[in-house]
Amino acid sequence: MDKNHVLGFLKKNTMIIVLIIVLAFFAWRTGGAILLPMNVSNLISQNAYVFILATGMLLCILTGGNIDLSVGSVVCFVGAVGARLMVDGGYPVWAAILIMIIIGTAIGAFQGFWIAFVRIPPFIVTLAGMLAFRGLSNVVLNGLTVSIKDKTSFVNLFGGGADCYIHDIFGNGALNLTCLVGGIVAAAVFIFVEMSGRIKRTKKNYEVENFAGFLAKVIAITLVILVFAYKLAQHKGIPSVLIWVLAVVIIYGYITSNTTVGRHFYAVGGNEKATKLSGINTNKVYFLAYTNMGFLAALAGMVTIARLTSAQPTYGQNYEMDAIGSCFIGGASAYGGIGTVPGVIVGAVLMGVINLGMSLMGVDANMQKVVKGVVLLAAVIFDVVSKRGGKLIAKN
Amino acid sequence: MAKILLEMKNITKTFPGVKALDNVNLQVEEGEIHALVGENGAGKSTLMNVLSGIYPYGTYEGDIKYDSEVCKFNDIKDSEAKGIVIIHQELALIPYMTIAENMFLGNERGSKFKINWSETSDLARKYLDIVGLKDSTQTLIKDIGVGKQQLVEIAKALSKNAKLLILDEPTSSLNETDSKALLDLLLKLKAEQNLTSIIISHKLNEISYVADKITVIRDGSTIETLTKGVDDISEARIIKGMVGRELSDRFPKREHNIGEVMMEVKNWNVYHPLYNERKIVNDVNIHVKKGEVLGISGLMGAGRTELAMSIFGKSYGENISGQLFINGEEVHLKNVQDAIKHGIAYVTEDRKGNGLILSNPIKINTTLANLDAVVNRHITIDKDKEYKVAVDYKEKLKTKTPTVEQNVGNLSGGNQQKVLLAKWMFADPDILILDEPTRGIDVGAKYEIYCIINQLVAEGKSVIMISSELPEILGMCDRIYVMNEGRIVGELDGQEATQEKIMTYILQSSGNKEVKNG
Repeated sequence: MDKNHVLGFLKKNTMIIVLIIVLAFFAWRTGGAILLPMNVSNLISQNAYVFILATGMLLCILTGGNIDLSVGSVVCFVGAVGARLMVDGGYPVWAAILIMIIIGTAIGAFQGFWIAFVRIPPFIVTLAGMLAFRGLSNVVLNGLTVSIKDKTSFVNLFGGGADCYIHDIFGNGALNLTCLVGGIVAAAVFIFVEMSGRIKRTKKNYEVENFAGFLAKVIAITLVILVFAYKLAQHKGIPSVLIWVLAVVIIYGYITSNTTVGRHFYAVGGNEKATKLSGINTNKVYFLAYTNMGFLAALAGMVTIARLTSAQPTYGQNYEMDAIGSCFIGGASAYGGIGTVPGVIVGAVLMGVINLGMSLMGVDANMQKVVKGVVLLAAVIFDVVSKRGGKLIAKN
Repeated sequence: MAKILLEMKNITKTFPGVKALDNVNLQVEEGEIHALVGENGAGKSTLMNVLSGIYPYGTYEGDIKYDSEVCKFNDIKDSEAKGIVIIHQELALIPYMTIAENMFLGNERGSKFKINWSETSDLARKYLDIVGLKDSTQTLIKDIGVGKQQLVEIAKALSKNAKLLILDEPTSSLNETDSKALLDLLLKLKAEQNLTSIIISHKLNEISYVADKITVIRDGSTIETLTKGVDDISEARIIKGMVGRELSDRFPKREHNIGEVMMEVKNWNVYHPLYNERKIVNDVNIHVKKGEVLGISGLMGAGRTELAMSIFGKSYGENISGQLFINGEEVHLKNVQDAIKHGIAYVTEDRKGNGLILSNPIKINTTLANLDAVVNRHITIDKDKEYKVAVDYKEKLKTKTPTVEQNVGNLSGGNQQKVLLAKWMFADPDILILDEPTRGIDVGAKYEIYCIINQLVAEGKSVIMISSELPEILGMCDRIYVMNEGRIVGELDGQEATQEKIMTYILQSSGNKEVKNG
């Protein structure tokens, strides 16, 4: 590999490399505690809402750096309504879930309407939503906490409570075999998809990356999947919330990279005028982005109340910032048109690792915020400056 | 003989792939009004940008001698310090600020921490009186008309102690009365303050009215300077200077195989999207036949792009009225999707702004207008097929790039234009509207694009070519409409058309309105 190759590789995988360095740093400082099975499992459960919201936020950001400030309040509001329905309304769990999803999506569509068709700036619309739904959550809950501890089927389904892991169908050993088998199957599927894609492309004489690089990539990712599955297997197995996160990541990863709708998001952010003149309804793209954000906020709302086994008027605060931060750290462009779901997940994991690592080290919570702020700023500075060809100061 | 105020010597300015100015010489005497004429793209504005420091010293070759010293301007501030002030065609005033605030923007009176408002308005009043504008200094810019805004710009220039005023198409958006007033003001300032001006204009009657000297620029070179009272400065003489180039063999031959009428536009009217009283396209009737290359000629701002975009699914303008027929049937195109569905493609003049996604690779740009053609099972994009399509077009159009994974932003102008053409050819339209298809690209790439146009009409498609380059219009088109100020002012057969005829149509319809009306 010559120098250009190395530079290209570094640039393409900057955040993964940073993640590895950060992980190594915390492994050293915490004496390996961050890599303990329990902590790996917690990393998923604690940050599930970030993965879900950041995926939705990515679609908004893709349309041109637009953000949704209301998601934290919507998470809280949807959770509040759901908890009241189940506890005080006596609704069955399935009905509550359905209503929560409808409410979240409707809120998204309402905000999306003003943003997409009336062209009110997203910042304003979602700032209004952030205030309004925070207030409404308080109204719904009468300012009190509603416990849903006894709604075990709901709580377990969305990753809360002690029993929120996928049951081991192979018995009850110290090692959760179901989880291990799941990991092996996932790794096998991954290898199969990559290999068959490459073989197909080679057969048709299309360009393929060089074999050594391809092999290294496949082996590295396979190892990560296997080690990850092994860690989870050592600690009770697959948390149910991981299934939701994986579903969101896989579905949205597919939509953004392989469908026409996904392509439209990138096109609008890349050049809205050109997109319009190519016969694409750009209003609809904005509307979809924000409606979808509402839908995913509802899902995150369910995950949140399940994990905390209650609904409170203060839930979901700053969730929007976690999601936005993950997107930008994960390589989404603040101007839109650039960013991927896997990238955003790496960004979210990085934030999660920093959180967890600092907590384990006993760093003061206030200092944790400072560090997160610095990381966010540094990531975006890096993105902007590297796009300008390394020049720090913009041309006047 | 008066003192020479400005001398530009052997100015050469190259942009990547294009020589915009080639050894241009310009001499301006103190206290004269010097007109600069030439076709679109001849290099007038580039020359003025060199003079005012927008293109800083070192990015061009040659010398600027002003007030008998050689000048090395780094930016527009340097040239303004010397008293050279440029007023651009698009006025640079801020609508929601007052006249006085606008006049002293960037040049505020008082100290850094406290603007002296009474001095600001007193000074503003003084210069407004000089230019004869009676409105209060506290009037917001948005509340006065374009004519008065132009006067504010001149007052602003005077407040900077301008000795040399450069006006780029100052009357292009003014009516007859305002234009006359502006020109008279220039004459008055020349007489009373010995102010020197350089005026760029297409309106030859105005030029013969005010100018002492006329310099003709063509294809980046100075052709001649005519002096009032010495040389013949009739319009015919100036036009000859502007267009008198030889037409060489720069256009590929094609078989003419023209069929039935493909598209017809009747009584088409379009109004400005913001200023609803301004009519941009005025009662236009045109048609294009199968297998025909139809040219629409005219100066910038004639309404050609607006006409094309309003036809293309109402993507420009308000209150569009008129009828549109495709293959004899009337159609109503509500949006771009409709237009594409009915086989129309519009290839924009602004490939970077309106045409391409520069941050995306060639393959993604190529399929954007017709994504459904590379989709499997309704939603999944077949990336292999997309790749193949992009490679096919890359080879067909000879786009120079190592791979179609390359971002479009990294390509040269000519290759970007080819990607844009590929995108619309892939949409498989019957009628292609090409807006300035060869702007800013080199001669070789131009030739290749002409070949593509010939191929398209050979396949039975119709091509409407909007171009400001007369040789291109003459060399390529079977039939030519001449457009000016929103109207079709002439129709010529491709065989009988000449540059002089087209220019005459344009100039007669804009310049001599007074004569015609009177």
